[in-house]
Amino acid sequence: MAGKTLYDKLWDDHLVSENSDGSALLYIDRHLLHEVTSPQAFEGLRIAGRKPWRIDTNLATPDHNVQTTDRSGGVDSIVDPISRIQVKTLDENCDSYGITEFKINDLRQGIVHVVGPEQGATLPGMTVVCGDSHTATHGAFAALAHGIGTSEVEHVLATQCLIAKKMKNMLIRVSGKLGLGVTAKDVVLHVIGVIGTAGGTGYAIEFGGDTIRSISMEGRMTICNMAIEAGARVGLVAVDQKTIDYVKGRPFAPKAEQWEQAVAAWQNLVSDEDAVFDQIVEINAEDIYPQVTWGTSPEMVAPVTALVPDPAEMTDPVKREGTERALHYMGLKPNQKITDIQLDRVFIGSCTNSRIEDLREAAAVVKGKKVASTLKQALVVPGSGLVKQQAEAEGLDKIFIEAGMEWREPGCSMCLAMNPDKLGAGEHCASTSNRNFEGRQGFGGRTHLVSPAMAAAAAVAGHFVDIRDIISA
Amino acid sequence: MKKFTLHEGLVAPLDRANVDTDMIIPKQFLKSIKRSGFGPNLFDELRYLDEGQPDQDCSQRPLNPDFVLNKPRYQGCSILLARKNFGCGSSREHAPWALEDFGIRAIIAPSYADIFFNNSFKNGLLPIILDEAVVDSLFQAVEANEGYQLTINLEKQVVIKPDGTELAFEIDAFRKHCLLNGLDDIGLTLEQADAIRNYEASRRQTAPWLFS
Repeated sequence: MAGKTLYDKLWDDHLVSENSDGSALLYIDRHLLHEVTSPQAFEGLRIAGRKPWRIDTNLATPDHNVQTTDRSGGVDSIVDPISRIQVKTLDENCDSYGITEFKINDLRQGIVHVVGPEQGATLPGMTVVCGDSHTATHGAFAALAHGIGTSEVEHVLATQCLIAKKMKNMLIRVSGKLGLGVTAKDVVLHVIGVIGTAGGTGYAIEFGGDTIRSISMEGRMTICNMAIEAGARVGLVAVDQKTIDYVKGRPFAPKAEQWEQAVAAWQNLVSDEDAVFDQIVEINAEDIYPQVTWGTSPEMVAPVTALVPDPAEMTDPVKREGTERALHYMGLKPNQKITDIQLDRVFIGSCTNSRIEDLREAAAVVKGKKVASTLKQALVVPGSGLVKQQAEAEGLDKIFIEAGMEWREPGCSMCLAMNPDKLGAGEHCASTSNRNFEGRQGFGGRTHLVSPAMAAAAAVAGHFVDIRDIISA
Repeated sequence: MKKFTLHEGLVAPLDRANVDTDMIIPKQFLKSIKRSGFGPNLFDELRYLDEGQPDQDCSQRPLNPDFVLNKPRYQGCSILLARKNFGCGSSREHAPWALEDFGIRAIIAPSYADIFFNNSFKNGLLPIILDEAVVDSLFQAVEANEGYQLTINLEKQVVIKPDGTELAFEIDAFRKHCLLNGLDDIGLTLEQADAIRNYEASRRQTAPWLFS
């Protein structure tokens, strides 16, 4: 019999029961909650007179709606009354059921996908779900993690299980040495460009190969985070020493004897040598350049050295029309140099790129420099209160502020603009977030997805520049 | 959950690929703590010429006359014809809620994003997958014939064209059963409470750190 993939193992370990049509009941070890997708689930629970199955598996924090400016007044300081009600509703639901929540002024508050790993609430071998598609992030720890809808949030609260169907296995093997200035974000954007925004639909993607092994846990989280932008609900990286070192000593991580026992079990969280994947994609690390998206889907991406594509050269009519529509929305011309795109704002943050390593990379680029005078705003939003504290201990906040950037409180912020941080119509933004959909960062806003270093370099120049020119200079 | 058995309705064509959930229901409407009332903001940025705000009276807003759902011939549509990878992006169940609240009961497309696909079934909204070539021919038929209607028979798993031609589609047995009977997943899962407890007892032995 063929060996098992990492995904197969995680699936088998959590199988409660299986039906003849392939649908199964899967046990959930960790349920993360935030304010946007949970209120209707709690309401459903109450209406049906049901109770949460296992309170201790739930962990909540408000992130989407919170302002990133002064919040010393707590939840009452959220200006938008509808946002305030949503955050208060999360507080009330967590209080009434006894669910652990890091509230708006808790030092541990932050973006739920930054908080989970930071607290050790995400552990190798777990099933992790959250009413948020970027739950794929947690797969960096060899955890089976994916986003769910609100009905499923209610289902997990009530039963500790999900009705699931097994996905297919895809291996994306990245081999070779990444070039100077090429980061995890560039790797995942390149992968999405290769397989397309629906290329991973129906699959759990395992990212493997020596390049992935060489990338830090923060970088692996960035890569798994964007598996969903390639259509895959699940992104995975096998356990190695980096995984274990990252988890050790974190507040929710196992201690003493249980730690030893857990580490022994986690060694098995790798795909077997003879495991069979339904699809394998080979990527050569040397083919990856710093990436910039030019369109309104993450697959509309190109190296910073490239030109904006010309729809006239496309034969597929659906693709051609999509490109024409995207260029119209983005206000770009075919064959325009990507480095000629002038920017209005820069956003460094989001569950993709707001961890300490991301902030270090950005700070290294802007240190001693000033953001371009043509820029309206350059925002730096740390992923959690603890990331913020660490960055300040390292003096990164001062570097950003001296460069003319704004140093903010943690949250999702301008990634999806549910709080006051947003783009104006027609504005171009270099953003370290994950989606460049129409209107995503604000009505009529134009998003270009890049790495933190590329965003920082663009902030200084006022337009995109090849980070490799800056680093080598 | 609303049952889905047999449905006949007017078809509206949304001719673009990769329709994302931000397009279906923009973020400012996700601040609601309710499940209903999202219909007036379905496709808000495509449908209106101004920027929509939550709790706004949409009847006074300027409509985009070029947007397909604003065209007189598609008023009252209940079947949405779409292109590949419909519903990509976020996990927001507000997307199927908005479609359902607007009056859409079924979608026909060559493919869907996984989370959206899954969320639709939980809300009595049937996402039907047909071959790209078949979907193409339906786009042509809808555009050529004003008032074009389709009938969907879930029991038989067919879409029936006005001339009586049947287009077969696949659906998981369990999802079909739940839709036909309007069943609540949670109630069904709780019937397996003993199996869940047994799993927990055995997992507690092999991975005690998950229970401490």
